[in-house]
Amino acid sequence: MEEIRVGVFICNCGTNIAGFLDTGVVAEYASTLPDVVFTRENLYSCSEAGITDIKTAITENRLNRVVVAACTPLTHEPTFRAACSDAGVNPYLFEFVNIREHCSWVHKEEWDAGTTKAKDLVRMGVARARLLEPQERIRAPVLRRAVVIGGGVSGMTVALAIARKNLDVALIEREKKLGGLVGELHSLYPGGRDAGGYVSALVEAVKAEERVKVFTGATITDVAGYIGNYSVTLRSKAKELSIECGAIVVTTGAHPLLPEGILGYDGKRVISLIELEGKLASGRLKGSSFVFITCAGARNAEHPYCSKICCMVAVKNALLIKETVPDSRVHVLYRDLMCYGLENEKLLRRAKEVGVRFISYSKDEPPTVEKGVVRVTGDVMGRDFEIPCDMVVLATPLVPDDGAQGLSRLLKVPLDADRFFLEAHVKLRPVDFSSDGIYVAGTARWPGSVRESVEQSLGAASRASIPLLASVRTGASRWSIRMLA
Amino acid sequence: MLDAGRHPLIELLAYSQVERVSRENGGFHVEITRKARYVDENICNACGDCVAKCPTKVPNAFNMNLDERRAVYLYFDQGIPSVMTIDPDYCRYLKDGKCGVCAKVCEKGAVDFEQKSRGATLDVGAIVLATGLTVFDPTPLTQYGYGKIKNVITGLEYERLINATGPTGGHLNRRSDDQLAHRVAYVQCTGSRDLNYCDYCSSVCCMCSIKDAMLGREHDPESVSYIFHTDLRNVGKWFQRYQTRGEEEYGINFVRGRVAEIAEGPDDNPVLWYEDTRTRKVEKLMVDMVVLATAALPSPDAAALGDMLGVEVDRYGFVVTDDAAPADTSAEGIFACGFCKGPCDIPESVAQASAAASRASELVLSGAPVGKR
Repeated sequence: MEEIRVGVFICNCGTNIAGFLDTGVVAEYASTLPDVVFTRENLYSCSEAGITDIKTAITENRLNRVVVAACTPLTHEPTFRAACSDAGVNPYLFEFVNIREHCSWVHKEEWDAGTTKAKDLVRMGVARARLLEPQERIRAPVLRRAVVIGGGVSGMTVALAIARKNLDVALIEREKKLGGLVGELHSLYPGGRDAGGYVSALVEAVKAEERVKVFTGATITDVAGYIGNYSVTLRSKAKELSIECGAIVVTTGAHPLLPEGILGYDGKRVISLIELEGKLASGRLKGSSFVFITCAGARNAEHPYCSKICCMVAVKNALLIKETVPDSRVHVLYRDLMCYGLENEKLLRRAKEVGVRFISYSKDEPPTVEKGVVRVTGDVMGRDFEIPCDMVVLATPLVPDDGAQGLSRLLKVPLDADRFFLEAHVKLRPVDFSSDGIYVAGTARWPGSVRESVEQSLGAASRASIPLLASVRTGASRWSIRMLA
Repeated sequence: MLDAGRHPLIELLAYSQVERVSRENGGFHVEITRKARYVDENICNACGDCVAKCPTKVPNAFNMNLDERRAVYLYFDQGIPSVMTIDPDYCRYLKDGKCGVCAKVCEKGAVDFEQKSRGATLDVGAIVLATGLTVFDPTPLTQYGYGKIKNVITGLEYERLINATGPTGGHLNRRSDDQLAHRVAYVQCTGSRDLNYCDYCSSVCCMCSIKDAMLGREHDPESVSYIFHTDLRNVGKWFQRYQTRGEEEYGINFVRGRVAEIAEGPDDNPVLWYEDTRTRKVEKLMVDMVVLATAALPSPDAAALGDMLGVEVDRYGFVVTDDAAPADTSAEGIFACGFCKGPCDIPESVAQASAAASRASELVLSGAPVGKR
């Protein structure tokens, strides 16, 4: 077996590291570690001089493991790996130790403790370096096709956006037709766009797009492979087939909670928002007095989250009823009115202006519904209300699809505590999964408006097309900026 | 930032101003001014030797002017590109030819006082607007005493105070006496949901104040917070859990009611007058510090930029987009993402950024000129 010869380079990073801990002591300590045959302190390891120094040291001391204790691998790991490679050491025999972000910068007031921690970090880095083995990069072909799971607004938007990049898409829908939840709605807030018209235009566009192949009535039975080379097996019309693809996008959506056992729900006089949308769409809504109750079955022990859209759907429909039948009586009972952003707040103001009445109630004293009468304690107005009405509309939260659990197992991607799909990073990678080549958009990820779902869908299409286009991204040229005198 | 900075296909033009955009050959011809840094970007490695020796102190805009920087400076520690800039409004050498110590101490010879602002041009197939936001200046809301009562600060000032790289090294010290503030009140909707100023909901401030209050408690176990709010609009992923955690584990008291007035009490302590709308009583509360959760607006140049590009903006300067095509502006080939379109938080901005990238790349990959697709 080859003798292990480790070289350790401690970077001062100007004063960024050396100003807050004793790099000399760290370097001296490093030289006592097992298999370390060379130690050097550099002002800037990443500078031209620093890189040359590393290369020279590798040659002169026959180093076969290199440890640099400096800043973050995000910035300079490629630089140091290249230096190793240039000097004939496999680039994967390089180990980066971060004594800046992980040490000097966070222990600016603690010289001794910071120095001790840097010694610990270097010892760990050297220990790991001794175990490193040479690696070779592999190249694999990429299948230039995406599979999109779920054919609602999000799925159709993803499919069309990927197709517009000249890539093929298989769009898989469990139901017999495309359209999803939005297909069941009457109108969309805040602009009042006709939901049916919007969805059918999308469906037509999908059908007209020859790069998109639609599979309806289809369920996923197996997923295998890895980024660039997935195989998705599905059962459609009693046939099983498998689709090879390079990337997968999950757009399986969510559906409103059916309020059974909640606030006297009977599906006739006490209905859910989605049932109201159906009545509005078909023009079968009767009555002149309506009470909307938001947070019906939401923000409680069972569903602790806020489903983001229900307030706006209630406000939109309350306004619609009041504007269509001006002498109707419309109340909205709420806990907090989630009318965030530019347009939603405007819509809320208009609803108030035309005479929709808003009464806030507390979580501890929810309204009660009895035969045509809603009773509520208005916690801001400080009195009880008894509101006779023809119809009660319950704004229930969106809940994750039942199929999410099974799909998450097949794809080996996680769900969160509320059983929505869990993205790679809740802030910085909202449409990626931590598994490479699998993406998520729309209400499968979290409840949101049509606008937000479309934004995420275009975003997921963009992310998915990165690996799909990688295979053709040869010879891409750098932008050149023309400098004027 | 780092990813963008080191991506081989991304050219960063920081410290640069777009002067003119014209439609040419089916794409755009963009004229840019690259402002003089008086430091060679290709040589400087931000070692900080020049900063250590620069004798000229300047209010530090990055720290909300709560402390000072030098005339040669790095805008902030993790900024990209990581190079120094000399501020021509303050530099003694650039103003009257004296000093020049930075050039003397720079071992790499990166300082270049002869550098001039230069024009540059770019020919591109698509443009993405991501001009972000600015925060509302609460001075006109005289009832809150901002600018008069020392311990009434804005949310962004709080962010700098509580930050380890900020002017107090992360200690929530009061402006009046440099003592730690233990009792902190947050005033939501300062300028937001207000017909006189911003008639919309800025969307991010409720969560931001909860986060700030939790940070305060993490830095100081005696910290107690009061958040004065109307609707608490915490609608994003896991936000309700976060709110509950703040209330149960971090000593946050949520008070429903808009603050009517902030007066100055003894020892520079702000006193809030408000109606608790749940008890319907007018109350007052004395605290060590008040944080105004100010509204957010498009960047001040947004309307002028919209004019230059022929992009429709609303009366605040927000870029107008349609729900069904939310990345597209009114001008073909020009896309938008983030707060410049309307209030949104980080994950929404990131998703929108990918959406705008998707739309822009469709255009660029198709190779077809704008208007001919």
